[in-house]
Amino acid sequence: MRSLRAIGKIPGEIASWLGERFELEDSVMAVLRHPVPRDLERPIGWWYVLGSATLGIFVMQVVTGVGLAMTYVPAPNSAYDSLQFISHDATLGGVVRGMHYFGAGAMVVLVLAHMTQVYLFGAFKFPREANWLTGSLLLLATLAMAFTGQLLRWDQDAFWSIVVAAEQAARAPLIGNWLASLVVAGSNVGGATLTRFYATHVFLIPAAIFGLIGMHLYLVVKRGISEPPVPGIPVDRPTYRARYAEMLHRGIPFWPDAAWRDAVIATAAVVVVVVLAAIFGAPQLGKPPDPTNVVADPRPDWYFLGYFAILALIPPATESIVIIGLPLFAFVFLFLVPLLWPDGERHWSRRPAAIAAVALPLIAYASLTVAGIASPWVPKLEGGALPAGVTQGLSDSARRGADLFLSKACFACHAIEGAGGRRGPDLSHVATHLNRDQITARIATGGGGMPAFAGSVTPSELDDLTTFLLTRK
Amino acid sequence: MNEMTRRRFLSRLTVMLTAIIGALVGLPILGYLLAPLFRAPPDELVPVGAIADFPVGETKLVSVRDPSPLAWAGQTADTALWVRRREQSGPQMFQIFNVNCTHLGCPVNWQAGAKLFLCPCHGGVYYSDGTVAGGPPPRPLFEREWQVSGDRLLVRQQPLPTVKQG
Repeated sequence: MRSLRAIGKIPGEIASWLGERFELEDSVMAVLRHPVPRDLERPIGWWYVLGSATLGIFVMQVVTGVGLAMTYVPAPNSAYDSLQFISHDATLGGVVRGMHYFGAGAMVVLVLAHMTQVYLFGAFKFPREANWLTGSLLLLATLAMAFTGQLLRWDQDAFWSIVVAAEQAARAPLIGNWLASLVVAGSNVGGATLTRFYATHVFLIPAAIFGLIGMHLYLVVKRGISEPPVPGIPVDRPTYRARYAEMLHRGIPFWPDAAWRDAVIATAAVVVVVVLAAIFGAPQLGKPPDPTNVVADPRPDWYFLGYFAILALIPPATESIVIIGLPLFAFVFLFLVPLLWPDGERHWSRRPAAIAAVALPLIAYASLTVAGIASPWVPKLEGGALPAGVTQGLSDSARRGADLFLSKACFACHAIEGAGGRRGPDLSHVATHLNRDQITARIATGGGGMPAFAGSVTPSELDDLTTFLLTRK
Repeated sequence: MNEMTRRRFLSRLTVMLTAIIGALVGLPILGYLLAPLFRAPPDELVPVGAIADFPVGETKLVSVRDPSPLAWAGQTADTALWVRRREQSGPQMFQIFNVNCTHLGCPVNWQAGAKLFLCPCHGGVYYSDGTVAGGPPPRPLFEREWQVSGDRLLVRQQPLPTVKQG
């Protein structure tokens, strides 16, 4: 019994030996125990956990990413097969890829949530401007990781996404062509493209992220965690530091008084990602990246669908401004936030404009994402059929017209009784508001975004089509 | 005063040596990474197929292969093109289109029945001659220069459309 108890003491003794010999008490523990405002003991402390949760997921991304790199072959002729192997044959490969995939989504969500909290709490204000600036760079790096990661999936979507990225880069003034050449590493997507994206995704951006996280955490400890904002107590630059130092005299140590909450939420985040990965596994790969297969339907992952949608919905004339200008404006604004508003009220209830600055883009982007999921502007390319009820009991001419409705691709953009594309108007009841001459004219000359079909249908075909559409009352 | 000058000299020396290290490492790697900018774009004629394979009035998908691809390029060395045979012979005989939509580069799909090219990304539509019929594309489909050599059709290699067109 006594010997058992002696054995039980060994881990503690090893820990204290290590702590002493490596001087951890003066370094790591001293940093971990840095004082934080006593208010964080209250439930409001739960708002201060999002940065740690992001860090937890980031570590998971590094670990799973290293694991994937052990098997992934970053060559255009093998990447797709190696991903199939990871997803279906490698032991736990599907789970690891799934963790990396859901982890990427979690990173984007958590970084934005963390930023929103910091913004609404006014925590970016003096003297923590540089915390916000390094954080903004980390947001950029996270989005760059999300994008380059999707390309490494190297299926048909990934291939065309690179083409689209190059085309967008080419819209930049003056240096557009250079940027596009650098994106594809040459004059076309080819053998040199994938390895560059790979090196960027696994070396360049992660190196930047490690450095930025180091700076970010150094500043968090050095400047101290911001106290929960109180309406009516603004940041006053000449007196703030003294007031904050006074507050810390009555503070609590971060470890473990505040850190336990961070650990709880970080654990929850990792659990959610691992469970999602265990249930759903790795995301399905699309078709192989064959540039000669033009039956494609390229879509970005869900967090970029809103941006995908905006490119379809804005007037073409404004496009180059939106592609280059909107992201540029968003990031310049992001970097200016702490420089333009370093003092004043911190509490969100005294900053209605700040609430609007969060809510409006959020609502706009959510709406765009919904639009991106539905993509009603996309013609329905795959074959289909009209519902039996539509084609029953038609005259010969109308029956030929119904066939033409499919073969002449009217169906790609127009729906009848629920079948067909949603790009143009639904024609289920077109005959109630258009007569024969109007329908004929519209098919022949198009207009309002519709192509003119005079060159591709014969007069008798046009007649049959119109006869068919006149049955739609 | 002497001591200060010595220190100033030594700090300048150290900064300078560090800058030299940076340049020695940085310049070669910079040139290596920016190399794609200085490489001449492809400008060769590559075979598309026999002229008899393209019936007058039809539009067909063909694929041409990069004449000197990297060994590991796999299918990325292939490029798809839409070939439209307009006439039996003469300078108006063919139109060869890049498959890339002029909006953002997605591959357009030929609908033979409707005689339209449709784009799956943001809904661009083109007529059979490549002119815009609807949607966001700012200009007609990019056309490639072609040549007839005996009974063969040749097409000129090209970089990604906008990379060239700006």
